[in-house]
Amino acid sequence: MKALTINNISKSYKKKAALKNISFEVDKGEIFGIIGPDGAGKTTLFRILTTLLLPDSGEIKVGNLDIVKDYKKIREIFGYMPGRFSLYHDLTVAENLEFFASVFSTTVEDNYDLIKDIYSHIEPFKKRKAGALSGGMKQKLALSCALIHKPQILYLDEPTTGVDPVSRKEFWQMLKNLHNQGITIIVSTPYMDEAVLCDRIALINNGEFLDIDTPENLIKKFPKKLYAVEGDNMPKLLKELRDNENVYSCYSFGDSCHITLKDETLPNNYKEITPTIEDYFILLLK
Amino acid sequence: MENVIVVNNLTKKFGHFTAVDNISFEVKKGEIFGFLGANGAGKTTVIRMLCGLSRPSAGNATVAGFDIRHQSEKIKANIGYMSQKFSLYEDLKVWENIKLFAGIYGMKKKDIALKTDILLEELGFQDEKQTLVSALPLGWKQKLAFSVAIFHNPKVVFLDEPTGGVDPVVRRQFWELIYKTAEKGITVFVTTHYMDEAEYCDRVSIMVDGRIEALETPKALKEKFASNSIDDIFYQLARNAKRTDD
Repeated sequence: MKALTINNISKSYKKKAALKNISFEVDKGEIFGIIGPDGAGKTTLFRILTTLLLPDSGEIKVGNLDIVKDYKKIREIFGYMPGRFSLYHDLTVAENLEFFASVFSTTVEDNYDLIKDIYSHIEPFKKRKAGALSGGMKQKLALSCALIHKPQILYLDEPTTGVDPVSRKEFWQMLKNLHNQGITIIVSTPYMDEAVLCDRIALINNGEFLDIDTPENLIKKFPKKLYAVEGDNMPKLLKELRDNENVYSCYSFGDSCHITLKDETLPNNYKEITPTIEDYFILLLK
Repeated sequence: MENVIVVNNLTKKFGHFTAVDNISFEVKKGEIFGFLGANGAGKTTVIRMLCGLSRPSAGNATVAGFDIRHQSEKIKANIGYMSQKFSLYEDLKVWENIKLFAGIYGMKKKDIALKTDILLEELGFQDEKQTLVSALPLGWKQKLAFSVAIFHNPKVVFLDEPTGGVDPVVRRQFWELIYKTAEKGITVFVTTHYMDEAEYCDRVSIMVDGRIEALETPKALKEKFASNSIDDIFYQLARNAKRTDD
């Protein structure tokens, strides 16, 4: 049985369509990434999956539970870390954790093993008010609170947005550890480089899934040869390449420009490279 | 080339906590200066001081030729500022936002009207003049917010994570606006968590625990640390940070 089965979900706010006919399945124990920019519909999807919002149409099964009829049972088996900091600022670290445990009729002691690796970083500060924690520590506390009732599914809505690259790496290491314990993880991010850390990903834009596959397969779907061209002056390089009649697409990518050609059979000196998820996403948006 | 920002031994303490620890650097006219650092390294505190919003505990700096301690009002008139968190008023229309900010910066009504049309045409936003900002897609908002921040032709524009959460195509369009701005001679002081964007800067500084640990062109930085990725270099420097505060 799949951990999650989503069939033709749509949701509009007044006239604006936030989600259009979204369908996908998630296997048990999978890390499933939802990758796309702000405003693409990621948070609306999370709010529906966490039973906080009803879809206009379509159906969702969590295991064999129905998201509408069985919402109370479903709420017991997932953990949710929303995009914004969602803890109680005027409670201490320990009080927050105890509160979330008590809401789910469990205790911190019962499930301490699951959160030990994450919570041990902030345990020395357990008497500090949550509002006085640094961003990285808040993130660890929020994750601990989302896990304290030992959920089967973990929903993480942009856990790394605005977080520096070092803390982002640490956070993904924590997710890998949870993954090894068999928890199904649905995570959204605007960072394309995090896509390769997921088992499978969906690329989302304007309320639609552009594609769903493993990162490796998505990269294989890139239909043209991709070349990297280096130069010292990016604006000049961009202009030169765009003036070249054989250049089909051209955009900056760190210290080089990535280009595709209209006619790949013409001789050229460009260095062929393997596309990234970001290259594929740009191609889909074009 | 003329220096637009000159920072000398700048320090900021909050009680016993030294948020910014004796930093010095210069930024040239028309330069794109990448100001990187981990969360809590002190970036925002530096930007607040350079914008004249916070007084240093020690040291000094000039921005656009004005002293940050004694001429903060002059500084505010000569800089632009944009952040991911706050940029435009959502419940005002596109033209109303432009008029409001330009008015605050003391531009004349006639100039505002004339320049508004030119700006909207440059951005391809002519049809959106009467649109509420809340109805614009995020990428458009960010481009508009940036254009509003440089509308009064400041000497320096401070961009605090301007591309966070924006799609990869718009992110690149945004950087092309930055290039154009720098070509006009406006200095761009920009923070980002996207390490590929560090490559688009003329020079990059990396702040760790209140100090500047590296300041080079992206190329020199990579040679110095014998690495081909700024991401690696950032990781090498920032992972040893003692603080994790925001």
